[in-house]
Amino acid sequence: MSYKLPIGNWVAAGVDWLEHNDHGLFDKIGKVIDASTGLIESGLAFIPFWLLALIFIGIGYWRLGWKFALFCAASFLLIANMGFANQTVVTLALIFSATLISLTLGIPLGIWAGRNDSAEAVIRPILDFMQTMPAFVYLIPAAMFFGLGRVPGVIATVIFAMPPVVRLTSLGIRQVNKEQVEAGIAFGCTPTQLLFKVQIPSAMANLFAGINQTIMMALSMVIIASMVGAGGLGNDVLSSISRLDIGLGFESGLGVVLLAIMLDRITESFGVKRPVR
Amino acid sequence: METTSEAKVVVKNLYKVFGNKPDTALQMLYDGKHKDDVLRETGQVVGVLDASFEINQGEIFVLMGLSGSGKSTLIRLLNRLIEPTAGSVIVDGQDVAKMSKENLLNLRRKDMSMVFQSFALLPHRSVIENAAFGLEIAGVELKEREQRAMQVLEQVGLDTFARHMPSELSGGMQQRVGLARALTVNPSLMLMDEAFSALDPLRRTEMQDVLIKLQQEQKRTIVFVSHDLDEALRIGNRICIMEGGRVVQVGTSDEILQRPANDYVKAFFNGVDTNKYLTAKDIAQKEQVTIFERPDDPANGFSAALERMRLYDRVYAFVLDEQQKIVGIVSAESLVHCINQGGKKLRDALLPGDFAIPENTPLNQILHKVVNTPCPLPVVNAYGEYIGAITKTALLRKLCKEKLA
Repeated sequence: MSYKLPIGNWVAAGVDWLEHNDHGLFDKIGKVIDASTGLIESGLAFIPFWLLALIFIGIGYWRLGWKFALFCAASFLLIANMGFANQTVVTLALIFSATLISLTLGIPLGIWAGRNDSAEAVIRPILDFMQTMPAFVYLIPAAMFFGLGRVPGVIATVIFAMPPVVRLTSLGIRQVNKEQVEAGIAFGCTPTQLLFKVQIPSAMANLFAGINQTIMMALSMVIIASMVGAGGLGNDVLSSISRLDIGLGFESGLGVVLLAIMLDRITESFGVKRPVR
Repeated sequence: METTSEAKVVVKNLYKVFGNKPDTALQMLYDGKHKDDVLRETGQVVGVLDASFEINQGEIFVLMGLSGSGKSTLIRLLNRLIEPTAGSVIVDGQDVAKMSKENLLNLRRKDMSMVFQSFALLPHRSVIENAAFGLEIAGVELKEREQRAMQVLEQVGLDTFARHMPSELSGGMQQRVGLARALTVNPSLMLMDEAFSALDPLRRTEMQDVLIKLQQEQKRTIVFVSHDLDEALRIGNRICIMEGGRVVQVGTSDEILQRPANDYVKAFFNGVDTNKYLTAKDIAQKEQVTIFERPDDPANGFSAALERMRLYDRVYAFVLDEQQKIVGIVSAESLVHCINQGGKKLRDALLPGDFAIPENTPLNQILHKVVNTPCPLPVVNAYGEYIGAITKTALLRKLCKEKLA
């Protein structure tokens, strides 16, 4: 076959057209994301680093016991000692805003997909696309639309981090015991009552697993997003690569790993069990 | 079928076709085609086929059949968990099949409830929250609904577990919660889909007793799906036998036993003929509590008897004399009654009647007696010595097995 479909040309033309004809809309979206991320960041920055550490330690103790609290304390001490306190706050803010956006969009989408087969049929390939398309491919157009900085970083992160919560919410809704759903209907539930009193509570474990995965994905993507100037720990990773500074690379990488372990265990604990009282 | 004044539910020419072309399939059925032909030609699965029957006010109506006979589909057509394809389901004069969504919600909330095979409790809610679920859906405020739920939990003996989670309870207790949830809305019609089938035989009997007791306190109309013959005979006022989506016969157990409509019904109820050569001895088992009568015992053996019955979780015990001969049967109730009346001997607590079955009696001759006696029956040899007992379950299981073999 000698004829090549000009898919690349079409997409490039589409992006070009969007950039010139819809600039106002992207600007507004960008401003909202920028403002909210900025708010979260300044909010987190307002909290002293030691207090942030205390919050993690406290939640760690509440959810998982004193051993994990000790681990949190050691991690924060190490992060501060390596000099990554400020970057960690910025990274956390990026993760929070990206996760917040992912969940606000993702959970309702997941519920919709869980209750409606045609919705599921449309949403699934889009999720595959979002998860597997290499991040750099949309990182660059995102930077073109929104300029460099944290906005394209957050958007790229949302694209990458949203699919797990959609998938697992949908799965959770679909896996609710058939007789439990029947019981809901038999006792006179409206579709809304059925959703909030039967389906969502029963899907909670899956929902939390989805939230946990979304946060982990957000963390890994936030590092890559520093390439478009999102800031945070990723900056240090990036500059260590460009300067071939193996020491700095390992230190900043370690900071990311510690943050990841803390976020993972804490969010996971909400889905698995009730706190030990 | 004429409508009598005491009919609670009237089902008329009810059909359910599963698939994307129900109308085509329905037309073929109306034209007299067999449901297997419908499946082959159109790919439509016929679940319920031209079902018509009436359920009387205040009776326990058992839907019986093998798996795949359409009984679970049929019970779900009564509250429209499954949409009927054609026909009508008239409950208290209203056609459930045609009523508006709003009326249907109202009916489900106020006057109909359901108990499920897998219990279907909501795992994130405590026992009392589960029991109050129906009232919560109907918008009854917290205090009132918990009060009403608590009353029902008392009735089923679970009031002390109100704040526990369902996962902390045994299967039998979980189904009591399921029953409480259905009773709390105070429905006049209760649907029970294989409600006790997931329980072990002992718990199943216990739950049947709970149901019968509740039914004595307040008459409700109960539709009970079961594949267990013993259960149907025990609790059903009338039994409806289904085969392949069709209602084959409706009647009391005696009517069906005496005049089975076809071989399928016979297979269910009447394995007897093939079992002439089996005798009482063959299925007698020594699993019952036996008590020896000791005339010289100053304590009369009352408390020991009660304690042993409690230990083995039995309601009846056989009294034997020292030569192993059967003296009679006592129940926990008769013992307690006798103690209260100041009785001196175990003999005073015996249940009236002659229960002993000679060991060489053919099974087909004892079917009636076993089915119609509440307690297990003792089997005795030629010398009158106790050799074992026959329970309903053991007898019916034997009959079913022989039939299948």
